[in-house]
Amino acid sequence: MQKMEDMRDAYGEALAQVGEDPRVVVLDADLSHSNKTDIFKKKHPERFFDVGIAEANMVGVAAGLSLTGLIPFIHTFSVFAVGRVYDQIRISVCYQKANVKIVGTSAGLSDAHDGATHQSVDDVTIARVLPNMTVIVPCDGIEVRKAVRAIYEHFGPVYLRIDRMPVPFVWESMENCQFKIGKASILREGSDVTIIASGCTVHLAVKAADQISKIGIKAEVLDIHTIKPIDEEAIVKAAKKTGAIITAEEHSVIGALGGAVAEVLGERYPAPLERIGIKDKFGESALDWDDLLKAHNITAEAIVDAAKRVLKRK
Amino acid sequence: MHSQSTIKSLEEKALTIRRGIIEIMANGKRGHLGGSLSIADIIAALYFHQMRIDPKNPNWEDRDRFVLSKGHSVLAQYVALAELGFFPREELKKVKKIGSILQGHPDRLKTPGIEASTGSLGQGLSVACGMALGAKIRGKDYRTYVIVGDGESTEGMIWEAAIFASHYKLDNLTGITDQNRLMASGSTIVGSLSPKWRAFGWETKEIDGHNMNEILDALDWALTVKNRPVMLVCNTIKGRGISFVENNVDFHHCALTNEQYEKALRELNEKGGKK
Ligand SMILES: Cc1ncc(C[n+]2csc(CCOP(=O)(O)OP(=O)(O)O)c2C)c(N)n1
Repeated sequence: MQKMEDMRDAYGEALAQVGEDPRVVVLDADLSHSNKTDIFKKKHPERFFDVGIAEANMVGVAAGLSLTGLIPFIHTFSVFAVGRVYDQIRISVCYQKANVKIVGTSAGLSDAHDGATHQSVDDVTIARVLPNMTVIVPCDGIEVRKAVRAIYEHFGPVYLRIDRMPVPFVWESMENCQFKIGKASILREGSDVTIIASGCTVHLAVKAADQISKIGIKAEVLDIHTIKPIDEEAIVKAAKKTGAIITAEEHSVIGALGGAVAEVLGERYPAPLERIGIKDKFGESALDWDDLLKAHNITAEAIVDAAKRVLKRK
Repeated sequence: MHSQSTIKSLEEKALTIRRGIIEIMANGKRGHLGGSLSIADIIAALYFHQMRIDPKNPNWEDRDRFVLSKGHSVLAQYVALAELGFFPREELKKVKKIGSILQGHPDRLKTPGIEASTGSLGQGLSVACGMALGAKIRGKDYRTYVIVGDGESTEGMIWEAAIFASHYKLDNLTGITDQNRLMASGSTIVGSLSPKWRAFGWETKEIDGHNMNEILDALDWALTVKNRPVMLVCNTIKGRGISFVENNVDFHHCALTNEQYEKALRELNEKGGKK
């Protein structure tokens, strides 16, 4: 059994740590238990504010706080974190370069039970198109911890997207995880095909690479945790090296990781591409997250099949 | 009580602002005229009397903050900022020209003295709440002022902010509603605002937003209120000061013909003040 951790637990701990800085202020919209912001709240109640179920106001208040030199982290489910408050983020945060950290939890399909109204398939795409925005989708508890520290140190608007379920560790330790905003991490070396993944699909990409190595295909695996600014050089280098690319994400393939990689390839080094992810659909209820991922063909097996397909197109 | 000379000089500043707004709109340049004229007296009171600001040091940490939530009325604010020397008066000629520091709506990154970028109605009150809360967290005694439109107050986000400010007892926040009863297309549908703010836990005072004495008294009174935010609901006239613009939504966003331009300046000059 692989070791797993719920990304939210890692997040809550990491937030409390950066929260030692008195400039950090935490806002939540009535989801502090689920978002694990209650860990920070216990330690620093004087810098924790529940805005109630009022996400638009949360974004505006955070913008105002940041303009006084504070560093607000704001929280709700991913499905509400961007889409519901898009214009507030566009104008009050991004346009005026407010130093606000927007954290969306229960990302993608990870809130399986609650169905489509609670599943975010478009948040990364719409966050990515905003000028001045940085978008980060970490793959495990360790990367979440690194990302929280990095976005706290980074000045400017950030959207951080994390799942709600336990996911296997991709990284062995904090020391061995080299996290830098905008920089892809190479998890496996390979020369035949490159699998680029973000979030909870990274461990699936590693698993897929292991599986196809048994049939003699050497796959390179890139963890692209920063969807924006995307690491163009890493993508171009991979395309030159393997000449066949697969992307995998727990999100619509339109405009997010798959879209971003397609843009880079199209402009700089065209290469055959297969995109694993949600195919222009809403989510649905399921009792088990894995079943939902399978229903949307977001699995290691799907990545293996995509590898076989893309190799034929080389 | 405020001295007659204070009142008189602020009334002149308000005239200067009105004249400046018209001058920006010379040669058929379009602008949000009605809503800029309706806040001219309030802007004069805030910038030339009430607020603790230092034009030489626009980022001074302890300055009072001002957010124009109804950002389309920024022409009034531009004239005040230029008068105070936040930027040279020459810049007023370049409003909205490509590359200008003076955008069609407030831009805090381009214009010295602008505290928050607004223009998408409904957001500025929340931003002001954040500034007021920030003062409390950081132990600062600056005050935050925000002007909201009555049409703008139809936005749901305004009432989210109303709940927030009241719950967190933002008594370092003075809200000002420019209640001119008109929005862009006609009469507002928002109904009586004072009872709404009271119901949301704010202290309110309804005043004549063109009476300098009442404005100054109300701004002072707001400083004495503890544990609650304050909303000054100011009864105003959209287009105030120019006969053919008053209460006429055709002049919400408009260009002036040469005749209208001359007539507007003539009417303002007849009211006196520095020309
Ligand atoms: C969210 C949003 N919707 C629409 C507009 C377009 N708009 C600009 S001003 C205005 C009317 C505003 O009315 P009010 O707040 O009463 O301002 P005033 O009448 O004082 O100009 C509208 C609809 C906008 N700027 N923002």
